[in-house]
Amino acid sequence: MSKLYRFPGGVKLPGHKAISTSQPIRKAPIPDRLFVPLRQHIGSAAECIVEKGQRVLKGQMIGRVSDYVAAPVHAPSSGTVIDIQKFPAAHASSLPSDVIIIEPDGKDEWMQSEPIADITELDKSELRNMIRFAGIVGLGGAAFPTFIKLNPAGHQISKLILNGAECEPYISCDDMLMRERPHEVIDGAKIMRHALNAEQVIIAIEDNKPEAIAALNTLADEYDWLDVQGIPVIYPTGGERQLIKVLTGKDVPSQGLPLDLGMVVSNVATAAAIHHAIDHQQPLISRIVTVTGSGVRSPQNFEALIGTPMSDLIELAGGYTDDADRLVVGGPMMGITLKTDATPVVKASNCLLVQTPADHAGEAIIRPCIRCGECVKVCPVKLLPQQLYWYSQAKYHDDLQSHNLFDCIECGCCTVVCPSHIPLVQYFRFGKSEIWKKQQETLKADRARERSEAKTLRLERIKAEKKAQHAARAKKTAAGAGRKKEIEAAVARTKAKKAGDTGSAENATDNA
Amino acid sequence: MEFSQQQHYSPQTPAQASVSRVMLNVILALIPGIAVYIHYFGWGVLVNIVLASLFALLAEGLILAIRRRPVVTTLMDGSALLTGILLALALPSYTAWWVTAVGIIFAIIIAKQLYGGLGLNPFNPAMTGYVVLLISFPLEMTRWNPPLELAEQSMNLLEAFRYSFTGSLPQRMDIDMISLATPLDLVRGRLDMGFNLSQIRSEYSIFSNLSGKGTELINIAFLAGGLWLLYRRLIDWRIPAALLSSMLLISAVFWLINPEFYLSPVFHLFAGATMLGAFFIATDPVTASTTPVGRLIFGAGCGLLIYIIRSWGGYPDGVAFAVLLMNLSAPLIDHFSQPRITGYRERKS
Repeated sequence: MSKLYRFPGGVKLPGHKAISTSQPIRKAPIPDRLFVPLRQHIGSAAECIVEKGQRVLKGQMIGRVSDYVAAPVHAPSSGTVIDIQKFPAAHASSLPSDVIIIEPDGKDEWMQSEPIADITELDKSELRNMIRFAGIVGLGGAAFPTFIKLNPAGHQISKLILNGAECEPYISCDDMLMRERPHEVIDGAKIMRHALNAEQVIIAIEDNKPEAIAALNTLADEYDWLDVQGIPVIYPTGGERQLIKVLTGKDVPSQGLPLDLGMVVSNVATAAAIHHAIDHQQPLISRIVTVTGSGVRSPQNFEALIGTPMSDLIELAGGYTDDADRLVVGGPMMGITLKTDATPVVKASNCLLVQTPADHAGEAIIRPCIRCGECVKVCPVKLLPQQLYWYSQAKYHDDLQSHNLFDCIECGCCTVVCPSHIPLVQYFRFGKSEIWKKQQETLKADRARERSEAKTLRLERIKAEKKAQHAARAKKTAAGAGRKKEIEAAVARTKAKKAGDTGSAENATDNA
Repeated sequence: MEFSQQQHYSPQTPAQASVSRVMLNVILALIPGIAVYIHYFGWGVLVNIVLASLFALLAEGLILAIRRRPVVTTLMDGSALLTGILLALALPSYTAWWVTAVGIIFAIIIAKQLYGGLGLNPFNPAMTGYVVLLISFPLEMTRWNPPLELAEQSMNLLEAFRYSFTGSLPQRMDIDMISLATPLDLVRGRLDMGFNLSQIRSEYSIFSNLSGKGTELINIAFLAGGLWLLYRRLIDWRIPAALLSSMLLISAVFWLINPEFYLSPVFHLFAGATMLGAFFIATDPVTASTTPVGRLIFGAGCGLLIYIIRSWGGYPDGVAFAVLLMNLSAPLIDHFSQPRITGYRERKS
């Protein structure tokens, strides 16, 4: 046990974890249809490389990437691509994104691949590329492409922290993974440690998961570089910055990254996924999903293929109770509400939480802020939420920024303790997006101004050119006018001559 | 299954606290102090509380109706009721109903609702109402009845109501029996006349071990209620702690310089409205400072001002003025006491 520290604020929440941990992880069967979105995470969407009607093998890449912050997607099972169409995404906006629809053939036939004999022989950038092409992203919820994190970029890495805190209520997928498959986490940790050249690996787990701690501890003794560390149960201790504070007492600089302190934080499930990708050449095509809440009959954890419709998992968990009224992806603190359960499971879907009216009682009665300061006490970033609330209501964007709105991690502590039930975090999200919009608009306006100035210049230039042309032409015409006169004169002369000839002829006739 | 198309936002958890519950608990915490107060100073205290609460609810309901705001839901937040009770506790025990009414109307309508209602008023409504009364009706507001041990006669509940509405005393009593000075009043008056504290204390029987008879126990009861609020984490410890320690400190300094001219720290802590002010009035979150450091400054400022007003000001007690002056400074204090945000080296100001 090393010395632990406290991060400011935070709240103690009822865990509700036991309801979903009484049954072992259950493998969800292959669904009738798999819906694999091309965009499942931060960064650019993958580009579809299969066609309608094409047969794909399990693990075959079906969406490739060219941008840096992006991850490819793979076929979760063998079958036929039957369509590529827009589908509502598991995102707050529920905006549709491109989805590859696969009809599995039931054979679950893997793609052939070459096993790697010894990862320590591998070049580190090659190792990162393998992790990249296996489509591995952070499985804790943010789904940031992992290979980027595994690049020490010249920093000496003292600590790789594997986050098994799982501080959000209800969620238990990491707990179950660590309990049942601790070796996967540790094998993944070996690979990540190698990629980063990290001196030490710490697996941090909240003290409310003694089984997980024990399971990992029995394996951890073999490795002198590995520590399994129990940490106090307080939300949001699983936040990257909060976890670093708890374990090391250090603050990650506001605009900086853990890398600046020589640390990397990654989720335990991500480590297990890396183990599958490198040791078994299996790309990220499945994950453990907690299906829980008072609105579902038999809460438990499933190992589900990416692309499985959420409704299938709910069905496997005994279906909805009669009073189920809300479907949340993620936990109650930071999760997002979905409008339909036809949405597929994606790499970031750690938990499907089905709520009943009692689970969100009281949110309808919103009273004025009484400035009680409870939100200030619980803010893990030490912001002044009530002050930010006034500013976001008044749309004082400058004050919002000078009060560090952008340091808000949207953990929801302030909202949970607010006696007036003000949806503070929502105000902050809105404030942030307003400011982003404004910045975009300023950028656009700047560009428009530049364009307009360029246009004016261009028009002036064209005008000047035209003028010059006109002038030149006019000169030419003037010159032409002289020549015309000459011609006319010549014509006149000829005519006169002709006239003279006929005249003399007439005269001659007259004379005759 | 399709769910509600309405967008809901995280966090989505059952409500842990509510404004109504906070206000109700504060009112509950006042009960021991109120009980001791009634015991020592008679039924008039209860009459004041009943009338002030009633007027407060009426005034708030009326103006909410005029402002076309939901009346019943808003009244349920309990803030008007609390304002009524706090103002009543500042009044002399036997106060005419119309004095109470004027105070409440000013507190609720002008100091609170005209600024936008709960959460938007810059000044503590109860204290604003009280100060308006103190300035407008100095005679009525400084006529105190003696505590239980010294009272020759006292009124029953019915007589107290009758006095409040008609101004007529029972036959056995006359107006002088309820026109006494408080201990703090006496000390100021006699010190100004050139007496020293030992002389004043031996001259009047109203003084007791800690401060004044009755007053000290009322203060202890409010202290107990306040400690319960702290235990329940319904108020922040910083304001009462800073207020009481700054008062203790400054009164100790002057008392050590001249114990015959300056009252002891103990006397100050348990006299007048110290404990009521420290735990129930200065802690009004709407009008106090909100940052952690700001709350320490706010509390300390209140304590210092109470002492200054008591010792050198024009009024015997200074809780109301002190709190209002610090209310005035709260936005400034907040501005300069922003906490150091995680991930930044410098404290922002």
